[in-house]
Amino acid sequence: MDDQIILRLAAKTLIPFILVFALYVQFHGDYGPGGGFQAGVIFAAGFVLYALVFGLRRTVQVMPPWVTLACGAAGVLLYAGVGVVTMALGSEYLNYNVLAHDPEHGQHYGILLVELGVLITVFGVMLGMFYAFAGRRSLDG
Amino acid sequence: MNILGHFNYWIVIVLMMMGFYTVISRGNLVKKLIGLSLFQTSVFILYISAGKITGGTAPILIDDHGEAAEAASHVLYSNPLPHVLILTAIVVGIATTALGLSLVVRINEAYGTVEEEVIHNRDESL
Amino acid sequence: MSTVIDITLLTFLAVTALAIIRTRNLFAAVMLAGIYSLVSAGLFTALDAVDVAFTEAAVGAGISTVLFLGTLALVGWEEEKPAHQPILPLVVVVLTGGALVWGTSDLPPFGVATNPVHESPIAERYIEESGHEIGIPNIVTSVLASYRGYDTMGEATVIFTALVGVLLLLAHGPHPRRVWEGDRWSTKWDDPQLQDEDDETLEGDGPFESDSPEGGSANG
Repeated sequence: MDDQIILRLAAKTLIPFILVFALYVQFHGDYGPGGGFQAGVIFAAGFVLYALVFGLRRTVQVMPPWVTLACGAAGVLLYAGVGVVTMALGSEYLNYNVLAHDPEHGQHYGILLVELGVLITVFGVMLGMFYAFAGRRSLDG
Repeated sequence: MNILGHFNYWIVIVLMMMGFYTVISRGNLVKKLIGLSLFQTSVFILYISAGKITGGTAPILIDDHGEAAEAASHVLYSNPLPHVLILTAIVVGIATTALGLSLVVRINEAYGTVEEEVIHNRDESL
Repeated sequence: MSTVIDITLLTFLAVTALAIIRTRNLFAAVMLAGIYSLVSAGLFTALDAVDVAFTEAAVGAGISTVLFLGTLALVGWEEEKPAHQPILPLVVVVLTGGALVWGTSDLPPFGVATNPVHESPIAERYIEESGHEIGIPNIVTSVLASYRGYDTMGEATVIFTALVGVLLLLAHGPHPRRVWEGDRWSTKWDDPQLQDEDDETLEGDGPFESDSPEGGSANG
């Protein structure tokens, strides 16, 4: 799409806002609609838009495919790791109350970390799937 | 509000049957997956309809903690549990759909078609 | 007012679904499926499920459409005319639908606050106590991440597993093809000429080179 100058300019302008909006959705998820699942999808959508307008090759330079797979795994690991930490602090698996002195603060930290894990996983999975489909060549060439 | 009665449920059933019909009557595998996602969405609507309370509001506490319990006693919130279940079901749904689509892509590479009839014919001729 | 919105959106959904069934252009079907998702997101908002609406709009109308279009680019846009009349499917669907409609006569009416689902102690607990116990206003987030944290961890694992499945199916070459050789079908593996174009970036370094510094940055 090298000749579509309006499309390229619009995409270039929009993508930073899409990524920041994803972070807003992530960290505002405690107070309004939003959270890790939605933020991960929106973050991935920013990269998908880049790939659609500027081509897969350049997107892969920004965000290599192995990073998406690693993100998928790292998010689950972070989530499960929070559970292990709460167990190490002498409570049940994924009981965030022990993460801070005040149980309510503990819940805040726990939810923050867990939602971060969800964000990382969903982002990695969605973008990795897009790469898998877009990188496949059709039989006709 | 009582005129609504079971209208939501009936439409859900109509949508569900449309998806079901697409899955069992169409030979094109991509079309089958589209039908499957119609079916899926109808189940989502069924759950969310069950969680709605007429005159209720979205399950986001209006006062911050402290007065929250007091506020909760006179503000009517819709049931949050179906929302949580469906929120995760949507994301899992797209993951399984993507898995189905990648199987379709591989079938197309192996047989050169995604039409069920043609695939059956080719397998029988082997 | 909300009744009118509800009925209108549900009718839109039914009409869109009918159009999806009737069209044989798969591109149009995928686009209509995107519209269907967006309308159902609107319906979810009208039914107070704002988080669900947000997810449906992002996933159903966004990523799902992109993945379907990516598939169509690989497998073609046209659906073949059905070989025979769909009498049997119609009978099955009408019978099943009739049975389900008959079953709805037992369901409690829509939106009444005394329905069993709203009277259950678990929903009451979430609404009344999550303000104290978790301390964040969005009950859905509290339930998702804290009360039902096991569930959500399961979901995260499921979608990660789905990614691994998709990559196993699509990210590896070479793959076998059926080729018609005059009188019979034979299985052929991809010729190397197909391999050398533009997706070495995906296959050469591959997502499977695992000695990555990723873990540190994600945990930090």
